[in-house]
Amino acid sequence: MTQALKKEIKKYKVLTGNGAAAYAARLCRPDVVSLYPITPQSEVIEQLENFHANGTLEAEMIRVEGENSAQNAVCAAAMAGARVFTATSSYGLVFMYDAMFQTAGYRAPVVMVNVNREPPGIHAVCSGQQDMIATRDTGWIQLIAESGQEIFDLVIQAYRLAEDEAVQLPVMVNYDGYYLSFLAESIELPEQSEVDRYLAPLKEQPPRPTLVPGSSLGCGAHGLGMGFVELRRKHMAAMARSRQTFEEIDAAFGEEFGRSYGGQIEEYRTEDAEIVLLTSGSAVGTARTVVDAKRAEGVKVGLIKLRMFRPFPIERLSAALQGRKAIGVLDRSLCFGWDCGPIYMEVKALLADIGKVPLLNFIDGLANMDITKPNIERMVNDLQSAAQGEPFNPVAWVTMGE
Amino acid sequence: MAYDYEKSIRPGKLPHIWCPGCGHGIVMKGLIRAMDSCGLEKNNTALVSGIGCASRLPGYVDMCTLHTAHGRAAAFATGVKMAKPEMTVICLGGDGDGTAIGGNHFIHACRRNIDMTYVIMNNFIYGMTGGQFSPCTPTGMKASTTPYGNPDPTFDISKLAIGAGATFVARTTAFHATQIDKLIAEGIKHKGMAVIEVLDDCPTTYGRRNKFRSVVDMMKKLKENAVPVQAASKMTAEQLQGKFLTGVLYKEDKPEYIEQYAKVIAKAQGQAS
Repeated sequence: MTQALKKEIKKYKVLTGNGAAAYAARLCRPDVVSLYPITPQSEVIEQLENFHANGTLEAEMIRVEGENSAQNAVCAAAMAGARVFTATSSYGLVFMYDAMFQTAGYRAPVVMVNVNREPPGIHAVCSGQQDMIATRDTGWIQLIAESGQEIFDLVIQAYRLAEDEAVQLPVMVNYDGYYLSFLAESIELPEQSEVDRYLAPLKEQPPRPTLVPGSSLGCGAHGLGMGFVELRRKHMAAMARSRQTFEEIDAAFGEEFGRSYGGQIEEYRTEDAEIVLLTSGSAVGTARTVVDAKRAEGVKVGLIKLRMFRPFPIERLSAALQGRKAIGVLDRSLCFGWDCGPIYMEVKALLADIGKVPLLNFIDGLANMDITKPNIERMVNDLQSAAQGEPFNPVAWVTMGE
Repeated sequence: MAYDYEKSIRPGKLPHIWCPGCGHGIVMKGLIRAMDSCGLEKNNTALVSGIGCASRLPGYVDMCTLHTAHGRAAAFATGVKMAKPEMTVICLGGDGDGTAIGGNHFIHACRRNIDMTYVIMNNFIYGMTGGQFSPCTPTGMKASTTPYGNPDPTFDISKLAIGAGATFVARTTAFHATQIDKLIAEGIKHKGMAVIEVLDDCPTTYGRRNKFRSVVDMMKKLKENAVPVQAASKMTAEQLQGKFLTGVLYKEDKPEYIEQYAKVIAKAQGQAS
């Protein structure tokens, strides 16, 4: 075996999604890490504690008694100038709720992994995106990964995005619990020097205001009246800018590592597609194979993968959805009060831009109910029939046979 | 004749989720005997738990049961007791649930001295999520998140409860099966906040990382290190090194919260008329 080949092979490691997140976080050289165990995230904290114990993660570990403390701790550490990492899931995410507003309001560039799992109400130790959806208005950037490699790559990209001068916002990287968290895949691991080249260590970056001994800076002041309005306006503007910044960061990642994902959305076989299905996370992989099969049958179907949920990719999605004969949105969470899925509701808000078109919502994959190939085939069939002008059910609970 | 546990178990809920050798089942049996001896009726007794292996206990027992969010058992239980003071309220959970994420609720329930019983199964670890250290993992011991030993100091749950204001505090172990039901029964009868700490064993996530060769080893350690509180008064500090006290550690008669609250209501209504 040649040295070059050995080196090539060494670059790959079989890791679970959780493992990929932990390995990526380590390569980003966080200064402060604080997590609390929760299924299905626990492997992330265990892996990072092991890295710390064996000396390969030179970070301060803040060991806490709950997720709320973890979020407060990393927020404060980020304000003090540290690069930070945390990870959680479900109950843990919603237990951080007030602290998440704080982190975003302080514009602290925290990077957090959220392993999607159904939140409280009905005890469900199962996958589902409702936890992420519940925190969409906290002012965080929210990204969604499809595979182990994308989890790995997105964690690294998330730091670039969070720390970008034009953005300065916390970023949450989501991936489906159970499906992606525990699924082992071959992950391509870059060298530390490659990651350092892509993601400059903090001290090489332009200075940002931080809390340091010797200079009196305050944070958390009352923003009364116009002070509050101005800061919120700036926050929203930064969120808007982050769409373009994410495109650039993803492209730059492609140049450095040879993989990029299309920025805010990925379009798959949409060029001449008459009908398209929009979804996110691990379901995208299944949907790809169904689209391929349907294409082989001559059906002009395409797939759109949502990678960025906050900010919502308004322009990119409008452009991608224009001129289709029917559009389907596959949601694995619920929008109570709108009688549909949340991503469907948001796509509906684009109809003014894309024009009147049959828009179908498929609710599937709640609580680990598998989004199977037959389920997606059925969605494509429904879309075909709606495109031909047949009446359709706007919101179908696929698992329940609707 | 053998004690009939089946009458208190929900049909169809077994087998339970606990690993072979886990002490939670011993505590469950003790609880059933204690409730029986106190004559508790299933429609007038609420078992409240949070999240964790120990928190699964109420699911198996045929009483009114509430399985709540991680750490929130004491808060839920307080709500039940305030709304239905005539109900007997028993909280069940582990050390991670009760003293880490739920530590705040726990100490405030103690402070109020509300009339309920909290049975806390301390197995020194987060068992259900895979053996991460808890606030009760002894310093130096291994957990999945402290592979070279835990650097943190630990909570003494009983002392915490006494310090926070609980008026009946007792400790026993999963080995001392007959003492479990006696102490729980005494706690139920006590007017005020009763905390019963049961030192428990988790062979799967704690024992195997900490060189306990078997469940028997873990049980032996619980047995050997337990010193009844009466015996301790005759022992020197040296003799007590590495041991822990068992039995009723603290008992006090103090105004109970529901009664105090009722007095305020009566006073306010008296003034209003």
